[in-house]
Amino acid sequence: MKSASAADYLHQTSLLRLLAVLALVLSAHVPTLPSWEVILLGAGLGWRALASLRQWPLPRPWLRSVIVLLVFAGVFASYGRINGQQPGTALLVAMAVMKVLEMRSRRDVMVTVFLMYFILLTHFLHSQEMWTAIYLLVCAVTITALLVDVNHPGQALPLRRSVEIGGRMVALSVPLALVFFVLFPRIPGPLWGLPVDAGGGGASRSGMSSEMAPGDISEMILSERTAFRVSFLDTVPPPRQRYWRGPVLDQFDGRAWKGSAMSQGIRKPEARLESSAISYQVIMEPHRGPWLFALDLPDPGLLPPKTFIASEYQMMRGGNVNETLLYKLRSHTRYVLQAELPPMVRRVNLGLPKGFNPQAAELARQLREQHGEPEAIVQAVLQKFRKEKFVYTLRPPRLGRDSVDDFLFRTQRGFCEHYSSSFTYLMRAAGIPARVVTGYQGGEQNLLGDYYTVRDADAHAWSEVWYEGRGWVRIDPTSAVAPNRIERGISEALGADEGLPDFLDRSGGASLRIRLQAQWDWLDSQWNRWVLGYGPELQQEFLQRFGIRDWSGMILALTVIATTLLSVIGLLLLRQFAPARNEDLAVRLWHRAQRRLLKAGIAQRPTEGVRDFAERVSLEHPEFASTVQRAADAYLKLRYLEGESPALQAELTQAVKAIRA
Amino acid sequence: MRVWLIFKILLHPIRWVQERIDTWVLARVKRQPGPIGVPRNRVYIVPTRFGYFFAFMALIMLLGSMNYSNSMGFVLTFLLASLGLVCMHHTHGNLVNVQLRAGKTQPVFAGEIAHFEILVDNPAASERYSFALSWPKATQPPVTADVPPQGSAAMRIATPAERRGWLRSRVFSLSTDFPLGLFHAWTWADLDMVCLVYPRPAAAGRQPPPVAGAIGQRPSNASGQDEFAGLRNYHRGDSMKSVHWKSLPKSPSMPMVKQFTELLDQELWLDWNSIPELDTEGRLSQLTRWVLDAEGQRHAYGLRLPGLVIPPNRGEIHQHECLRALALFQY
Repeated sequence: MKSASAADYLHQTSLLRLLAVLALVLSAHVPTLPSWEVILLGAGLGWRALASLRQWPLPRPWLRSVIVLLVFAGVFASYGRINGQQPGTALLVAMAVMKVLEMRSRRDVMVTVFLMYFILLTHFLHSQEMWTAIYLLVCAVTITALLVDVNHPGQALPLRRSVEIGGRMVALSVPLALVFFVLFPRIPGPLWGLPVDAGGGGASRSGMSSEMAPGDISEMILSERTAFRVSFLDTVPPPRQRYWRGPVLDQFDGRAWKGSAMSQGIRKPEARLESSAISYQVIMEPHRGPWLFALDLPDPGLLPPKTFIASEYQMMRGGNVNETLLYKLRSHTRYVLQAELPPMVRRVNLGLPKGFNPQAAELARQLREQHGEPEAIVQAVLQKFRKEKFVYTLRPPRLGRDSVDDFLFRTQRGFCEHYSSSFTYLMRAAGIPARVVTGYQGGEQNLLGDYYTVRDADAHAWSEVWYEGRGWVRIDPTSAVAPNRIERGISEALGADEGLPDFLDRSGGASLRIRLQAQWDWLDSQWNRWVLGYGPELQQEFLQRFGIRDWSGMILALTVIATTLLSVIGLLLLRQFAPARNEDLAVRLWHRAQRRLLKAGIAQRPTEGVRDFAERVSLEHPEFASTVQRAADAYLKLRYLEGESPALQAELTQAVKAIRA
Repeated sequence: MRVWLIFKILLHPIRWVQERIDTWVLARVKRQPGPIGVPRNRVYIVPTRFGYFFAFMALIMLLGSMNYSNSMGFVLTFLLASLGLVCMHHTHGNLVNVQLRAGKTQPVFAGEIAHFEILVDNPAASERYSFALSWPKATQPPVTADVPPQGSAAMRIATPAERRGWLRSRVFSLSTDFPLGLFHAWTWADLDMVCLVYPRPAAAGRQPPPVAGAIGQRPSNASGQDEFAGLRNYHRGDSMKSVHWKSLPKSPSMPMVKQFTELLDQELWLDWNSIPELDTEGRLSQLTRWVLDAEGQRHAYGLRLPGLVIPPNRGEIHQHECLRALALFQY
């Protein structure tokens, strides 16, 4: 490391400001970093501030190397690896603080500033909510102010002044950045593939998973997370038809339902879609799973890019949904799905684990003997749910090894996963191909916008059974127990003593909160729609309104608008730095006379008064004698003898004009 | 030499091109008495090392944002790119429309550092920050200053004075990296400034040889002390020590100076011909040393050079006159 020269030396005030800005940039990462690292970072920053104030020596290189090695070891211990997004971020923030520990000169500050920009960027991989935009602006202004400070040698600028300059620069950049944002051609990512933990939050996913055990969905109900938002383009289906199909689970291990290997196949099942389609647009929040949710069966001809229909007619994506997605679909609620059931599919959808739930198997056998026809068996089971004392509750009792038996014959209290699971079990035991479908049901209309919000709280599980000739038909056993769940939504179906989370409470006194919640949701949806969802598809759609159809059009428009905007900014700045106009007309006119004489190589010396100058000119340059003398007389009269008068001003103007080089 | 040039072109093509451009531009800077205005077409601007690094970083961030389809990442990337472009205009604007004037220079002795004072005027209503003044390819850190709105800053640029005579200033650059250090804007100017360089004084020790009509010829007073001889009017250059402070309140506009007989009587002639064993520069150095010594001891002294005689006197003006004659002496 080169030692810093005197001019390169960083002022203490600037250093303390740098530490404050770095703390601001790091603060957003605190929730995602391991706690030992947060303490280390805080200690590092605090120590550096004290070292600067108390003139302590900076740590020796070997000590810094040891700390770096310890940080690597710590990150490896916390994450099990040192590559990937999360450990990478943890290392990056540690490196920024290490850089500060060895910092003396301005050069080091520039490096730290660049690290800060990257740290800011990594934060957006975790969170892109609306507040991050404000956070981004605040960070941009403070970092810019810091750069301004660093590029002012010697004494640090007053804090207000540097923040003012930084703020002004960022304010001038924002319109330009918006133009780039809208017009810079977007290409569908990813370019080189995402790390395994892309999207942050570690391995934790939100929303649906490919497995359903008792208690999974009732846990999701407690989450306020928005799953997606839907705007219907023409007809709005009634609530009881709003089933958003997600993962289809066709394998039961006695406790949990899973998707079999077959269900992941990319062969689209044969389906006959009947008329009366519903068109709608979905803004999907990232949920780190491969599923896209659609109303019943979407038209396979109008799928979003990189999307396919899997073998159980689930809409899937090539990769996980790690960013906000916007797509348009056309769905059919009347259809015949797999009128012919391939033998392999039949076998999977009749499979049951051996040695579990003997009572349920016995019940199924009896029903089959009594009713015979599949339709009748289905009705009998639904009737059983309706007639007996089954309760729909968020807090069901624990179930034992034979979970279906326990539920059907003992506890009789359960949530949708219990009903769909036991129903599907009974169907399979009775020889009817059946499977569990998870997804969402319902959705709440926003009071402000013309759209519906579907939350994790709307998560639901139901069944599909296969009838000869009719294909797969949806049966929702929950509706037999709690019809309100389907008609009015989750908050109506559960009693007040169920411990519903606050946001689902629709009882009196909550109306203001509901209103605020709706407003916030509306804002959030606009943010998602226009900012986060602004990808290649939306860009194309949006720019087509302005007649920009392809890349070349975008680049042309971008160049023209950005250049124009930049020229305007340049002109504004040139005006700011143009010579200030002198208030006195006489002075302005005299300056003009000076400029005219300068062309002839005659300059008024700084120490020379107007009268002396005129006399010198008369002697040295007789050709200017009369005109300069006249102008000088008029100027002196106007400025010192007689004061302002239009006649004199006109005279001076004339006299100045008469000076010709 | 030619081989070396080819190597240079191959190894550092950019540096070579830059040198060629600089040479071309520097040869075309007009020497002017000033004031020199800095219009838009005289401001040059290029990205700094950090500027290139900043652009590279923005590119990496753009690729990252594309890969993750991260909208806020795009916002940050585009904001930084715009900030860079806006910074370019700021840096350029910071330098446009300043005015350069020549300030005062103080004579120095050869071997010392000469300082040229350059006055930077800011005619605009907003402050300009972080100007740096330096000679081309200077290794020492530049002089820096801020210029207040409609004010001016005096910046002194140093250069070693190696030889006696007139030292002409060279082309210099006024530059700025403000506000973000991503761009470097500069202008070349050649203000017509000169600095007088006195000869390098010889080492102390050698006494001036007695010359006819000088010290020792006339018997001095017994005490050997200066004897007060009367008052005369103050002339510029008289030593502060000789001012007659008591009479000052009576006539503040016309201070009186004490005169001493001994100094008036004992005239010291510093003669070119008295040191024939030295060469021209050696003689000039020795004479310079004697002038300084005599002035320090408050003797009256005269200077005899081939073709020039300065009658005995003393005081700052006289000293300057003598040293100037020595500095500009042509044999």
